[in-house]
Amino acid sequence: MINQSLKNLSQLLASKAVSSVEMTQTFLERIRQYNPTINAYITIDEEKSLAQAKAADSLIAAGTATTLTGIPFAQKDIFCAKDWRTTCGSKMLANFIAPYDAHVIAQFNHVGAVNLGKTNMDEFAMGSSNETSYFGGVKNPWDLTRVPGGSSGGSAAAVAARLCAAATGTDTGGSIRQPASLCGFTGLKPTYGLVSRYGMIAFASSLDQAGPMAKSAEDCALMMNVMAGFDARDSTSLNHPKEDYTAKLEQPLAGLKVGLPKEYFAEGLDSDVAKVVDEAIATYQKLGAEFVDISLPNASLSIPVYYVLAPAEASSNLSRYDGVRYGHRTAQYDDLMDMYMKSRAEGFGEEVKRRILIGTYVLSAGYYDAYYLKAQQIRHLIADDFKAAFKQCDIIMGPTVPSTAFKTGEKTDDPVAMYLQDIYTIATNLAGLPGMSIPAGFSASIDGHDLPVGLQLIGNYFDEARMLNVAHAYQQVTDWHTAMPKGIE
Amino acid sequence: MALTIPDIKRIAHLARIEINDSEADKTLNKLTGILALIEEMQAVDTTGISPMSHSQDVVQRLREDVVTASNQRDAFQRNAPAVDRGLYLVPKVIE
Amino acid sequence: MEWEVVIGLETHTQLRTKSKIFSGASTAYGAEPNTQACEVSIALPGVLPVLNKEAVQCAIKFGLAVDAEIAPRSVFSRKNYFYPDLPKGYQISQFELPVVGKGKMTIQVPATSKHEAYEKVIHITRAHLEEDAGKSLHGAVDDMSGIDLNRAGTPLLEIVTEPDMRSAAEAVAYAKKLHELVQWIGICDGNMQEGSFRCDVNVSVRPKGTTELGTRREIKNLNSFKFMQQAIVYETQWQIETLEDGGKIEQATVLFNPDTGETRAMRSKEEANDYRYFPDPDLLPLAITEADQAAIKSQMPELPEAMKARFESEYALSSYDASTLTSSKAIADYFESVIQAGGDAKLAANWVMGGVTAKLNTEDKTIVDSPINAATLAQLVIRIADGTISNNAGKQVFEAMWSGESDVDAIIEAKGLKQVSDTGAIEAMIDEVLTANATMVDEYKAGKEKAFNALVGQTMKASKGKANPAQVNALLKKKLDA
Repeated sequence: MINQSLKNLSQLLASKAVSSVEMTQTFLERIRQYNPTINAYITIDEEKSLAQAKAADSLIAAGTATTLTGIPFAQKDIFCAKDWRTTCGSKMLANFIAPYDAHVIAQFNHVGAVNLGKTNMDEFAMGSSNETSYFGGVKNPWDLTRVPGGSSGGSAAAVAARLCAAATGTDTGGSIRQPASLCGFTGLKPTYGLVSRYGMIAFASSLDQAGPMAKSAEDCALMMNVMAGFDARDSTSLNHPKEDYTAKLEQPLAGLKVGLPKEYFAEGLDSDVAKVVDEAIATYQKLGAEFVDISLPNASLSIPVYYVLAPAEASSNLSRYDGVRYGHRTAQYDDLMDMYMKSRAEGFGEEVKRRILIGTYVLSAGYYDAYYLKAQQIRHLIADDFKAAFKQCDIIMGPTVPSTAFKTGEKTDDPVAMYLQDIYTIATNLAGLPGMSIPAGFSASIDGHDLPVGLQLIGNYFDEARMLNVAHAYQQVTDWHTAMPKGIE
Repeated sequence: MALTIPDIKRIAHLARIEINDSEADKTLNKLTGILALIEEMQAVDTTGISPMSHSQDVVQRLREDVVTASNQRDAFQRNAPAVDRGLYLVPKVIE
Repeated sequence: MEWEVVIGLETHTQLRTKSKIFSGASTAYGAEPNTQACEVSIALPGVLPVLNKEAVQCAIKFGLAVDAEIAPRSVFSRKNYFYPDLPKGYQISQFELPVVGKGKMTIQVPATSKHEAYEKVIHITRAHLEEDAGKSLHGAVDDMSGIDLNRAGTPLLEIVTEPDMRSAAEAVAYAKKLHELVQWIGICDGNMQEGSFRCDVNVSVRPKGTTELGTRREIKNLNSFKFMQQAIVYETQWQIETLEDGGKIEQATVLFNPDTGETRAMRSKEEANDYRYFPDPDLLPLAITEADQAAIKSQMPELPEAMKARFESEYALSSYDASTLTSSKAIADYFESVIQAGGDAKLAANWVMGGVTAKLNTEDKTIVDSPINAATLAQLVIRIADGTISNNAGKQVFEAMWSGESDVDAIIEAKGLKQVSDTGAIEAMIDEVLTANATMVDEYKAGKEKAFNALVGQTMKASKGKANPAQVNALLKKKLDA
């Protein structure tokens, strides 16, 4: 059951071969077994999950179920879920019980899906290895000495280790796609504005976007049908007509024009990763795709631009954590200033504080123009590069990450090296474009471990259905996406 | 624009994050590295390029002026560190 | 040395919306603490703002009322600072691109012993939309403050002037005029006790005749015109004395203490502010089209300036009268209702200003509290105009009406105030008076004009005040000159 597609799980439920309670129990069992090692979940609440499963079984019995009714999903702990502890991976919110549902959570609840638990993540989604979580690092199921990527590391490990049917994630600079590449599954970051941010704890508001993390493109499509949609409570939510993301899955790829940005194959790309990507390109050629060389000349600037804009927005977004209305308040303080200074110093971890300080600095008097304004101008140039590229091609392909999963602790003392993990993913966030990572193979075995490699797809605005189609076609002729890490069967 | 310890202390204070001298030292080191990365932007000529705040060229949607929220004080204040008679308590505010 | 004070105002007007500027929480005043503080108001993790349409329309109305440029595209920015009544740690405001740009307003500065009344144009620099903060309440618990976030997120229009004012009187005249205008166009309830209209006053002084601005101090949160007057006078004097004693003015934010009548610098705002403004990524640019403006313009009431000009031409009122009658929309509406009910314009103007508003002022009431409604006042004005009673007798009728009687004719009847306009009767009275006052008649004939007035007085007295004075005058003249 654990390696089944969402469609098959749905059929199992519909045929009453398995109840939602049984299915939920199966995954809870696995969580009990593996989570102490992998640490994918921060909060498990079996009672709540089973209550939802029971309710789902009633819907199924009543014949009012839809595709995802009764299926257990892991929810990244960045989404507020009513009456669930919602920590965002931070000590600051270690005891915060959300009094309302995020839009994404409400959408899953609406179709009767089961919330299996809240997954681990880098603190406030700031990180690429899940090592900044207050609740401890997450292990990569493919090699427990390595990181799963981040910031959606818990969801990633949960999907890879089959500790859920599928999971949600959020992606501000690559936080769905990079872990998808490192843990060998399919992840989609939709067009900015397609999935409501309401109730999703903000990191960098103009870049944050929620998306599905699942075994296959088909699973992602089914989840997108639930997650995407206009929400009046989010001013940046786009009023885009509702789509069925599964509708185009089976379209043939003949005539598909794929752009290969030369900047994504330049220095800095590991040969192991390059080899896997080249093989994937060859497979696509067999499927009828045509390839054109393109250029994204300002792509290399996406990291500097991101590390101005994201921290700037974050420094402001995280000002609400002041120990007044909720969240951590220091035990001892002399006065108001002291309470602020200590509560925030204690409540936030190193990386979060670092980014708050950078953000505060680049927005401070005298520096705004040189940093923030400049970054927004270059953001425009980066978006224009993509605009030009999509005149030449339908979809862009390249590596998701320059390398495979790295060892825990390897980059913790070098933030800049860590930031370079997102060199191929950040530009799409800056442009607001949809991006995907799909499993495309493995690196040469290291210490007996095969490490997954992801292929990145970047589409034009609102082209998710087409991207899912392109990914699905590949997954019909390859089986990388069904591979499971050893030792978790 | 080399960053200094007084800069670190000033921005930490602006951000209301307590920082001791040894932390300030370490932070200076890390932030200097990050700022060096950021400095790559300065090589780009951006004359005449408009800043981009949003990826889509859309304008603000307006909400009808209707009261939709109800009183949820008790639920919300369950998360509060200190409350008294419905008020959030903080150390005395001096004006 | 002679000094000149330079004053500019920043006024926070709470907009009359039902819900908050970025959420569906109620803005009603006086609720139990934090019962109108929804998830957005208390800035729970994950919440987002959506802009209230009515707040935008209020801003457009104001822009149109002060003849200002209305930005086709304006932007909301975050003003970052920590304060317990500011739940997000930033205030959503407008910085570089405000919704309302440059405009102007004409104020009337009342006469004093030193100068006549005069008019002056005050330039509006800008007006922008922003959210109000919550309130900090002190003393409920020892050494602690209590935070009430019911007010957090209430829509404000912050209206900023150029440093155009040169006296406390001008500043107060501007504030009063603005206070009236925002109520006139229906965007603010004007309730100063409840904080719906609060002024920050920037004051600086400079040697008279120089053009460079002195260092200013900002007097925060004045919510009464009387305090504003006192605070500016005190602050001006303090700055002049400081400079004359060889001191220097430091830029500061100060508070006015009504008990001592003094201003003092605020402790909490001592550190240099660095608000780190940047465009709020949770909100998109606010677009206002020509059509939006036109639609709102068509719903706007006639503005005070236009109404004043119309009163002057339509009712032949003096500029002063027209301006007094348009000093508030309620008074103007009352005045026009009197006319619509048949009252003569000039008489109506006199009775509204000298009668109703004078009486209201002494009783510290506003026109909505007037015990005499416009239709009743019109009846009185009609009876004076048609000669039924004299203007003087009208005062007695007015007093009776003020204490609750409403039938004008019944009052006239009951008090026997009907004017005698019967020529024969008046002539008979005059004859008697002339006979009884032969000396005065001789004096008049000898050229003493004063004697004439005395004879009129005697006749009026003989009629017990009821004779029509105009008729008495005419008939007496005719008889004496015959």
